[in-house]
Amino acid sequence: MPTEIGREDAQRLVAEGAQLVEVLPKEEFDEQHLPGAIHIPLRKIDPGVRASLAPDRPVVVYCWDSA
Amino acid sequence: MYDYTAGKLDWMAAGLPIEGAAASRPTAGTVARREVPTCHLEESLRDIRARVRAAGWDACVVVNEKRIVLGLLRAEQLARDGDGTAGSAMRPGPSTFRPHVAIEELAKTMAARDLPNVPVTTSAGELIGLLVREDVEKAAHARQGGPA
Repeated sequence: MPTEIGREDAQRLVAEGAQLVEVLPKEEFDEQHLPGAIHIPLRKIDPGVRASLAPDRPVVVYCWDSA
Repeated sequence: MYDYTAGKLDWMAAGLPIEGAAASRPTAGTVARREVPTCHLEESLRDIRARVRAAGWDACVVVNEKRIVLGLLRAEQLARDGDGTAGSAMRPGPSTFRPHVAIEELAKTMAARDLPNVPVTTSAGELIGLLVREDVEKAAHARQGGPA
């Protein structure tokens, strides 16, 4: 299970080299996303997705909000 | 693996930079006036009115201790006579916008519903700022290439 974090922790982790992953649909990612984020839509998250992520860096995922 | 649960809305609500095709597009979060006066339910309407007018405003957002929006005092409510409180005079549960909503949509909705101002909040209801219709219309007009 991922660890839930807030904005300050997200900023700190990214500053330390974490990978930001937006899981929203492509249209929403294309419109607006956090700086440096990559796009992996929720429906495509499967074991194969590991190939697109650096294994030695933390991963921070996000969507619109917690609702 | 970490989950930034408050997500993109929280990021935008904080006024942090974003990327993407619409990154430079004005939205509710970028146009809202963040210095809007706030008050609490039990505050005297008389005191609020004096404070708000002295600050050059004609509206005040009623919030709780966590800045969750409870109601709105527009000019009409602020002008009421008597010694009531914010809680007794406010418009409870006002319509709100999320910070990512595009300026064109805001302008259309505010005009259609004749809204002079609307709070912008996070999805949890926390106040970000107040949209003033004049600001929204100017920004929308500028987007269309007209004079500001």
